[in-house]
Amino acid sequence: MLSRTRAAIRLIKGGPVQDDPVPAALAQPGEKSYRWFPPGTHITVRGLSKQFQGSVLYEDFDLDLPRGKVVSVFGPNGCGKSTIINMIAGLLPMDKGEVLFDGKTIDETRIGYVFQNYREALFPWLRAIDNIHYPLKLMGLSRKARNERVEKLLGRFQVKIDFNRYPYELSGGQQQTVSIMRSLVMEPEVLFLDEPFSALDYEMTLFMRDQMQKVFMETHTTMVIVSHDLEEAVYLADHVLLLTRRPTRIADFIEVPLPRPRSADTLSDPTFVEIKSRCLEIFRREARLS
Amino acid sequence: MSKLLTRLNPVIGVILLILVWWIATLLQIADPVLLPPPQKAFKALVDGLVSGPLLHDFAQTIYRTVLSFLIASAIAIPLGVMLGAADKVYRSVEFVIDFFRSTPASAVFPLFLVLFGVGDKTKIAVAAFGSVLVILFNVAYGVMNARKTRVLAAKVMGANRLQVLKDVYFWESLPQTFIGMRNGISLALVIIVVAEMFIGSSDGIGYRLIEAQMLFEMPTMYAAIFAAGALGYGMNWIFLTIEKTFVHWGGK
Repeated sequence: MLSRTRAAIRLIKGGPVQDDPVPAALAQPGEKSYRWFPPGTHITVRGLSKQFQGSVLYEDFDLDLPRGKVVSVFGPNGCGKSTIINMIAGLLPMDKGEVLFDGKTIDETRIGYVFQNYREALFPWLRAIDNIHYPLKLMGLSRKARNERVEKLLGRFQVKIDFNRYPYELSGGQQQTVSIMRSLVMEPEVLFLDEPFSALDYEMTLFMRDQMQKVFMETHTTMVIVSHDLEEAVYLADHVLLLTRRPTRIADFIEVPLPRPRSADTLSDPTFVEIKSRCLEIFRREARLS
Repeated sequence: MSKLLTRLNPVIGVILLILVWWIATLLQIADPVLLPPPQKAFKALVDGLVSGPLLHDFAQTIYRTVLSFLIASAIAIPLGVMLGAADKVYRSVEFVIDFFRSTPASAVFPLFLVLFGVGDKTKIAVAAFGSVLVILFNVAYGVMNARKTRVLAAKVMGANRLQVLKDVYFWESLPQTFIGMRNGISLALVIIVVAEMFIGSSDGIGYRLIEAQMLFEMPTMYAAIFAAGALGYGMNWIFLTIEKTFVHWGGK
């Protein structure tokens, strides 16, 4: 927590501050004003470039993501949805550019990451409960402090899982729940989720969406979710970040002003339907489907 | 009836083998001196174990094999984890490891004799040498094939290099490590038995075999062969059992 106040002073290199601010995340390369970032921004990406096997994936890419909001990332196949969050989360090196969280670098920021493939992300040699303990152990917390934190988390989740079992003894949904809990137990400043529900069946997906929503409403952690399902992307998000084909740019950053908690009824809400079809239109344009 | 048959299934082969052996001796297909009847060989085995030197030989061979295996594991496992985690380094020494892994361990006997002299030291050193390379190779490959997602997961949770090594790579490589250890201990047993035959020994299964051959005590020789077989089989079985409980997640 100390580092947050200290590091916030660090400035982002760049041009003058504008009087008339553009909305968050809409800054496009080419505009000189893009160095400015709006109030309430948590994650700033500046001048990010990435080549992949000789072809340009990202070129001088800028992005501002708001604090305490859920942003879903959606775009055509191969546009680098996962790549961008992996680079922001520090899992993948970028060729050029800078990512700051509240002015802090990735090393100074506590992040959580939920992988698509929970089977390969959990540690099968540890019981579910010890998987959740593991990040706290890395933080050097005492057994007592760890237990307190885990108890608190278990109380919040209210799921019927036998945490003394090994991951491979649990169902897919239970495993992904454990995986999400493992990333939440360290109380991350930002939580990244890479297609977290795509390996689950539909019933489980619906359940997990609501679990995520509950967690978000309680913690207001900044979340970035990659999704390949537009309905899910809109349903979960406060903002949908739509990406173009490569070389990837921001196609649009659409606000989803629907109140929470959202439920099955939300899916037929006219606003929801309208936003979804707007996203779909942009997506079709960008994917050149029409 | 069929239930009894299923339960007896695994021992049918054994019974068949003894039966064929027994009939062969009855019909005197082979010279009875060269192929004594099974009950005679069995008696030699029991006598050797109870009142004869075979039990001591057995223990000596186990001691040498296990010691060389422990030395090999203590070197190969940590080294393999480190090499596997830095795969550039491994690639640069891979040829050397592969080369000596492919070299028959018996080819280095003369060299080790010069280095360590005649005695237990040489036997154990050669067996450990052969065993180290087999285990090392397997551990390194186990680490290199570690699920990258788990490594990333640990890193993203804030694990440093050493923690990734001992919390992820070590465990990830464990199934492959066990395969290496199983192969390693079998190889160690082979080398120890050969060494006991030809390199100045006064005990051990290998020594007992060679002595029985020179004295033409065929039942003792068969007994010693079975003892060696039982030893190899038993070690493998122990390893499989440990593996099943210890690497409970293997293949899941």
